[in-house]
Amino acid sequence: MGDKRTTVDDAVAELRDGMTIGIGGWGSRRKPMAAVRAILRSPVKDLTVVSYGGPDVGLLCAAGKVRRVVFGFVTLDSIPFDPHFGRARENGDVEVTEYDEGMFGLALQAAAQRLPFLPTRAGLGSDVPRLSPQLRTVRSPYDDGEELLAVPAQPLDVAFVHLNRADARGNAQYLGPDPYFDDLFCLAAQRRFVSAERVVSTAELTEAGAVQSLLLNRSAVDGVIEAPGGAHFTTAAPDYGRDEQFQKHYVDSAKDPERWPSFVDRFLSGDEAGYQAAVDRFAAEAVA
Amino acid sequence: MNDVTRAEIAVVAVAELFRGDGEIVASPMGTVPSLGAKLARATFEPDLLLSDGQAYLVDGDGTVEGWQPFRRMLDTIVPHGRRHVVMGANQIDRFGNQNISAIGEHGRPAKQLLGVRGAPGNTVNHRTSYWVPRHGTRVFVESVDVVAGVGYDNVAKAGAAAQRFHDVHRVVTNLGVFDFGGPDHAMRAVSLHPGVSEAEVGEATSFPVDCAAAGTTRTPTDGELQLIREVLDPQGVREKEVPS
Repeated sequence: MGDKRTTVDDAVAELRDGMTIGIGGWGSRRKPMAAVRAILRSPVKDLTVVSYGGPDVGLLCAAGKVRRVVFGFVTLDSIPFDPHFGRARENGDVEVTEYDEGMFGLALQAAAQRLPFLPTRAGLGSDVPRLSPQLRTVRSPYDDGEELLAVPAQPLDVAFVHLNRADARGNAQYLGPDPYFDDLFCLAAQRRFVSAERVVSTAELTEAGAVQSLLLNRSAVDGVIEAPGGAHFTTAAPDYGRDEQFQKHYVDSAKDPERWPSFVDRFLSGDEAGYQAAVDRFAAEAVA
Repeated sequence: MNDVTRAEIAVVAVAELFRGDGEIVASPMGTVPSLGAKLARATFEPDLLLSDGQAYLVDGDGTVEGWQPFRRMLDTIVPHGRRHVVMGANQIDRFGNQNISAIGEHGRPAKQLLGVRGAPGNTVNHRTSYWVPRHGTRVFVESVDVVAGVGYDNVAKAGAAAQRFHDVHRVVTNLGVFDFGGPDHAMRAVSLHPGVSEAEVGEATSFPVDCAAAGTTRTPTDGELQLIREVLDPQGVREKEVPS
């Protein structure tokens, strides 16, 4: 059986300039942050980032990696706005495709089902079609004749998601309360990478949670990355909650362009192990 | 009790939004809306379903009674329509268009906000109300910069499929309760909170608001006040959202 274990840097090395990448999770919840940090270390640029956005979008914008963001929102949940994304938008540094949250899910679902579009009411009458003039409507062929929005499929070159557990072959499991849309991200993508808090034997997966928690089967995964703390500073419940103190430090640093370089020096200039060690030191200092 | 605060009036006004809703999902955003929904469930709308803000539906005592992850919310709860959302708003215009996306020109906004979030889908699928803790001319504008939540003029232009379930119900603010029952679905006052004048509303709104038929928002009953103060919000978080 194929052992798909790889490293976050080897996964990110597959990215090419201009690719469309999907990032799982939701807001500041179970984001594949180790993969995001690896992208920050890589030379790749001009990405189209498809995300229920959180600090993943903010960090990638701050590093100049992003040409376009496809999103319904960008939020840090306990803090409403990501300062980097705000600045990128207000400076006109990134293009956007702004969808209703439900449209966004349908775009992934259409890609997952290999359909050209899926119909929805969401978006009708709003500025979403005005701001994305490529959007078209579709008329029901049945007696109701309803004219609905036809959300085009959003295929992805690469998807990154972070789950609680995975086996080496790519079966992967969420143990928190919400799967988010991580399975759709993988099904919509050509190459699929799952990072997990722990890589365990296949048998251990159903010891840890009900079989319904096995969100991804191995046919939807190309690479498995063991990344403890890999969602930090977002939640990866039940393994850990959001690091609110660190998130606040991120926001305070991001708000001030003069402070941001020292955040980068301290946390984002080494490898993932260096990041995790710096986070541990930050937490220890805050307690002291 | 004559020491009732403006925040407590607002909580009761939000609770009243849910009167008659029955067994649907109430989705309140913000402190006062959450307290209002809980108050309604604890009193006159016991069948309301309420989320814990994450993936669970919870009873009044915190007992988990259901699973409502984001995907289910967007795939079925919203399109199925048995839901009443109370959203916030950075801007609202006279026909009930709402903006939480960005201020200024969308291509390069003066201020990036959340994005449209679920507002487009909410407003064309089920009853939607709004909560504005600081009623002012920057919120109540002639024309919103980005239409996230769909108002009555835009939904009419978008056609029958958009209009079919569109139902922008009310706006509750720190000054009063408003609906869109004026000519061409213009915003008008349903009631002003005790101590609020018509002139005060006029000064705080960028377009004319008909207050002619407005009554006075009802004050909480003793039982409601006790619930708000002792059970639902003993820390008084509501007073931070609406300072007295």
